[in-house]
Parts: sequence; structure tokens; C-alpha cells
Amino acid sequence: MAYGAAAAHGEHDHHPTGWKRWVYSTNHKDIGTMYIWLSFVAAIIGGAMSWYIRLELAHPGIQYIDDFQFYNVLVTAHGFLMVFFVVMPAMIGGFGNWFVPLMIGAPDMAFPRMNNISFWLLAAALVLLVLSTVVGDGPGTGWTVYPPLSNANYQPGPSVDFGILALHVAGASSILGAVNFIVTIFNMRAPGMTMHRMPLFVWAILVTAFLLLLAVPVLAGALTMLLTDRNFGTTFFAPDGGGDPVLWQHLFWFFGHPEVYIIIIPAFGIISQVISTFSKRPVFGYLGMAYAMVSIGVVGFIVWAHHMYTVGLDADARAYFTAATLIIAVPTGIKIFSWLATMWGGSIEFETPMLCAIGFIWLFVIGGVTGVLLANAGIDFAMHDTYYVVAHFHYVMAIAAIFAMFAGWYYWIGKMSGRQYPDLLSKVQFWVFFIGVNVLFFPQHFLGLAGMPRRIPDYPDAYWGWNYVSSIGALITAVGTFMFFYIVWYTYRSGKPVTADNPWGEGATTLEWVVPSPAPFHTHEELPVIGSGGRPTTQAAPAE
Amino acid sequence: MLEKLKILVPFIALGVMASPIAASAEEGLAKPWQMNLQDAASPVMDKIHDFHSLLMVVMVGIVLFVLAILGYVCFRFSAKRNPVPSKTSHNTLLEVVWTAVPIVILIIIAIPGMRLLYFHDRAQDYEMTLKVTGHQWYWTYNYPDQGDFEFDSIPVPEGDLEPGQPRLLTVDNRVVLPVDTNIQVLITADDVIHNWAVPALGMKIDATPGRINERWVRIDKEGMYYGMCSELCGVYHSFMPIQVEAVSKEAFAKWVEQAQEEFAQNDGSSVNLVEAEQKSR
Repeated sequence: MAYGAAAAHGEHDHHPTGWKRWVYSTNHKDIGTMYIWLSFVAAIIGGAMSWYIRLELAHPGIQYIDDFQFYNVLVTAHGFLMVFFVVMPAMIGGFGNWFVPLMIGAPDMAFPRMNNISFWLLAAALVLLVLSTVVGDGPGTGWTVYPPLSNANYQPGPSVDFGILALHVAGASSILGAVNFIVTIFNMRAPGMTMHRMPLFVWAILVTAFLLLLAVPVLAGALTMLLTDRNFGTTFFAPDGGGDPVLWQHLFWFFGHPEVYIIIIPAFGIISQVISTFSKRPVFGYLGMAYAMVSIGVVGFIVWAHHMYTVGLDADARAYFTAATLIIAVPTGIKIFSWLATMWGGSIEFETPMLCAIGFIWLFVIGGVTGVLLANAGIDFAMHDTYYVVAHFHYVMAIAAIFAMFAGWYYWIGKMSGRQYPDLLSKVQFWVFFIGVNVLFFPQHFLGLAGMPRRIPDYPDAYWGWNYVSSIGALITAVGTFMFFYIVWYTYRSGKPVTADNPWGEGATTLEWVVPSPAPFHTHEELPVIGSGGRPTTQAAPAE
Repeated sequence: MLEKLKILVPFIALGVMASPIAASAEEGLAKPWQMNLQDAASPVMDKIHDFHSLLMVVMVGIVLFVLAILGYVCFRFSAKRNPVPSKTSHNTLLEVVWTAVPIVILIIIAIPGMRLLYFHDRAQDYEMTLKVTGHQWYWTYNYPDQGDFEFDSIPVPEGDLEPGQPRLLTVDNRVVLPVDTNIQVLITADDVIHNWAVPALGMKIDATPGRINERWVRIDKEGMYYGMCSELCGVYHSFMPIQVEAVSKEAFAKWVEQAQEEFAQNDGSSVNLVEAEQKSR
């Protein structure tokens, strides 16, 4: 059904207009859209920072950035922006808000007004974070904010305080959002939509919401301690007052490790939907997939010190963290093999979302095996704080997550905007970006093995070659990025209208494909009743 | 996969490479276009090499296996070749296998991994001690068993380098250590967290204010070994190199005599508490 038809039936599509529609919005779709746009804005800023870093690193010596505090600020802000303001808003706030209610047959999120404040807190946090880089000298601490370097003696001025406040506000946003998702998923499923019939994307968001709920308060506590250390003379992390810098690291990584799963588990969800749709098969081993995510989430809370193998932990402690970390490879393997098994025997359509999903598997497997290496405390002494780690985490959680976001955007944009992306251009964009990121990050493994440390603006001359290759990769990636933004612009302006409820055919079985495209402002006015296999026995009936 | 690519390296390097650093017999630093770990010069690094080789086999094997399946699936089960999708959604045996096999692989990895971990944990029967203190942005070294003398190791600015001295890796006073000696290394810092890292020796340990970390090293070959601070420590983080010169025991004894005189003005306390106190204010 076309957009016009839905709009004509005004009663069901009544919504505020102008700025009030967005600023006051309590509609899960509008809020989701705003999250995605916020993510685009942050991605441009964070991406520009990374290209500037790669420009400086293309050659040994100092070319462009002669203020090394500024270099450290770039490194810090790039990390914060990409983690808290690009990946999380797009996947959880954006796709989560849009499609969790649609997929479970709920009319909206459980707490629509809380949904509004979640978004606007995040927008405020983004402003605070950007401000932190321009007031004073900027936070030159890395995204890990390790004291004593982040204490007032070494980072004077208000920058780090702005950064802390930004994270506090972003954290509050995340906790509210997490509560909203948990309540929605537990209480607002349509009749017949049992937990074990929920699409895997909904499972992913549920697990992620629990991780947020349990991890973010720990970060908030640590940040508050750092704030009082900086401003009110406490010494939680200062040894001369009986504190310990390593305490910060424990608290930070108790949050920080679940955080990387907060980033990648929604990606698992998106990839599962996409692969199932374009293989025209239900996901292979559904229960195993759902509980693999649950177990990754649980185990993710007890492995944090593998980020701290060089701080001087006892060997027995490191042995434990090594073993616990290795265990995560098992549920992760289950996910990879289940995706492959879903494709096996399928009838695969290589639409752009599917290409992105296959790209995701490739990147995630490479990042995954280097993760198995890094899990070993014994060999970590060669790898810790080198570019090997940089390559690993960009593969496994940065660019893998970005490909999941591309997959999600291409998959759902027809439903979100009522217009389809340009097919050929999007495939070219996929290949350009895919080649770009591999040229960018694969050589960084070599740099790391050869011993090049992270977070340095200049490096010994021997590291030049692979740094240069890596910077060329950054250039290709930049081209791919701008192509994507062009595609976004083109799609909204003159993309082909999507008229079918379900443009993807028999493989797309989840509930968002039974509502019209674009999804009307209010959906599921009569609750659909879900039968076996997660498919509705009565059609959802907005308008008509 | 890496091994195959390696064959290409000399050709690329010949074509593109700028003049490399003059190579002597044992230079513990990265080479242009290097793709693997630095050559080992200590037993710990030897074992890291062995373990890395094992892991490479496993990692490359897994990646190729997944890639092969992915390639086959994309080819064989494309909509063109397989228009009717199968509707099977479970296979308990298969699911048990792909859970159990990774566990076996992980155990194969974990056993040598744990051995390595405990091997380089703590100094056994060490013959001397080196104390290392990190500062923004230089290192201080102290030799408690050789008369407790100590000196600062300041990076040499780029303009003052002599030919053959690598940029960003050269210091004025390098750490001199004897070969074939078990050396206990004690590490701390007096301002922010630094990290004392020498890749060829398999050495990397945080220098944390308020803590003393312990590690051991035994250098197999005479030579010069370079490293860089490996924990972000502020503005000049990339400009606080570590340079270790490993010499024979005799040469070391001679150097100690000289050094005792040269650095005699130090009062012998390893960390100057007054100065540290002032710095932390």
C-alpha cells in the first residue's frame, strides 16, 4: 500500500507537524529516525578525525599535527564518538526503536516519553562531547581515560570534566533506553509472540539492553569518582592519597568489555535477519543462536581484565581471564556456523544488504581469530598496546559493526522511508568500502607484530611502508563513506518508491513486512495474533 | 596466508623502500615492511615466537575454512543454481559438532598458552636487579646491585642524531645489561602510567605510580634492542624510547666501573621523593 493511501486515512496517521513533531516526539519511528540522523552527524565528525589521523601517519615525521595534545584529543574523541554516538545510536536507538515494536507487534515502545528524553539526552551529550574538545586543551587521555593522566594535574582545564559529563548524560540516556526496551519486549509482545518466537534482532536488543543496564552504572560510578578526584580532592585513583590507578582500570573495563558486546550483539541481530531473508530460509538453529547471544552477554561480564594483562596482575588471575575469554569463542563460533548453515541449502539473492552481511562475516571472522590470539595473556606481552590490537578491535567491532549498520540501513530503508536505495550504486559502495577497510586495517596487524605502539603521532621510519598502505586504505574508505551519504541523500530525494508491504519476497517473514511501506505513523492498531513460526494468523490492520 | 604474502615483500620493498637503517648483527628493532614479530633475543620471546607460529596455523586454518564454506555456499546456493530453498532449520548432531570442535581447538591453544604465561611470570634465581622508573617523558634506570647508581635516559632530539642512529628510538644514556644473566626488572612510575616495552626481549610491563611491577629478562645475544613507551602518557608519549645495549659479562663489569664514576653524583635513592612529590602537585 502506498504512503498516500495510508495518509488519506487521516485518523490513523495523525501526527504533529513541523518542529514539534520531532522535538516533542513520542513516536518510536520518528525517534528511531532521529537516532539514525544523529549517528550520521557523529559519523562524519568521527570519520573526519580518523582520516586526519591517518593523514598524519601516512609518512614518518610530523606533517600536519604539530600539537601532540591535539593528536591525543583526536584519538580520544574518535573513540568516544564512534562507540557512543555512531554505533550505539544507530543500532540500538535507531534500528532498535524502529523495529523492535514492529517485530513484536506492539503499537509503540512501553514508555514513549522516556523514549523522547533518551534521545534528547544523547543529543545533549553529543554537544557536550564536541565542546569538550574545544574548551581548554581537550581531553588527551584516550577513550579509556586512565588516571593519573586524566587527573587534574595532567589534564588541567575543563575538557575532561566536559567529557565526563558527556558520558554521564549519554549513560543516563542508555539506561533509560535499556529499561524501555526490556519493559517493551517483556510486556508488549502481541498475542502468540512467545519469547521463543521473537525474531533474533529482538533477542539481540533484549540482551544488549540487559548489558547496558548492568554495565553503564559501573561506568557512571567510576566517572563520578574521577570527577571528585579532579575537582574535590578525593584520591580514589591517586596513590599519594591511598588510591590506586589500577582500580579505575578494573571499573572501566568492567563496563568496557560488556560495552563491546553492546556494540556487536545488535549487529548479530541485524545480520541474522538479513541472512535469513535473502537465503529464503529460517535461521538455522534459532534457539542456539538466541542463547549464544545470551551466553556471550553473561560471559562478557567476567572477562574484563584481559584488557589489563600488563598492569601486573597475578599470574593465576591472568590464567583465569585467559580461560574465560577463550570460552567466548564457542558461542561466537556457533553464530558464525549457524549463519553459514542458514545460507547452506538456501536460495541466495545477492541484494546489497546480503553483500554487507557476507562482508560482516568475513570481517568478524578475521577479527575473531586475532581475538583468540589476544585472549592469551602469555602472548599478549608482544601485542598489548600495539597496532595489532588496533587492527583486531577495528575488524571485530568497528568495521564489522559498520557493515551491520549498512546491512540494516539497506534492508530497512524501504520500510522506513518508502523509497528504495539505488541498486547498482549501493553495490559499488559496498565493494569500495569493503576493499577500503581491508586495505586500511589488515596491514596494521603487521605493524603491531613488528612492535609499533598505538596512539602515537610519529613512528620510527621502519614502520613507514605499512602505515602508508593503511593510509591509502583510509582514503578508499573515505570515498566509500561519501558514496554512502550520497546514496542516503539520493534515496530520500529520488529513490524509487516502495509500494509493496514486503519488497524482499518470501524470505522476509518478520512482522515489519506485513505493515505498509513506509510504515504508517501508528501501526498495529489491532494487535496481530502470532501463530507458529512467528507469522501472523490475522493480518495487522492499520488503515485499509 | 602470511607466509605466501611474505614472498612478495622483498620485491615490494626493493621498489619502494627508502634507505633502511644500517643493519648490524643484532639490531632489536623493526625492519621496513616487516610483517612478523621482531627476532627473538630472549627465552621469553623465543617461546612467544613458537606460540605465535602455532596460533598462526590455527588462525589461518579457521579463516580459510570459513572462507571456503562461504565461497562454496555463495556459489552453490545462489538463487540461480538453487531456486528452491531447503526448509531444514535444525540438525542436532551438526550443532553439537560445531560447539565441541571449537572447544577442542581452544584446549589445544590454551595448554601452551598457559605454560608461556607462567614461564615469564616471575624471576627465578635472578643474578641482578634493574630498577626502572617512568617519568613524563623519559626513563630513569637504577642498578642496586652494582653500587646503586642511577641515571636518566633522555631521548636524543632528531637534529642531534648521528648517522645510523634510528629516529625516535635513540637515547643519550642507554641501559647496559649483561648477556646470559637472569635479570629481575622492577618497574614503577612517578607521575602517570607508562609502559616499559622492548619487543625483541618479549618485555612489556606497566610502570604504574604507587606500584612496583616485576618481570624478568635474560638476553641471549649481544646487541642493541629498542622499544617505545607503550601506554599513552601524555603529550610526548611517542618520544620516550627505550634503548637496551646487551654486552658480554666482562664488558658489563667494565661499563659498571665507568658508570659508577660518571653517575656518582646521584645520592643512590632510586626515586627522588621530594621531586616526585613536587611533580604530583
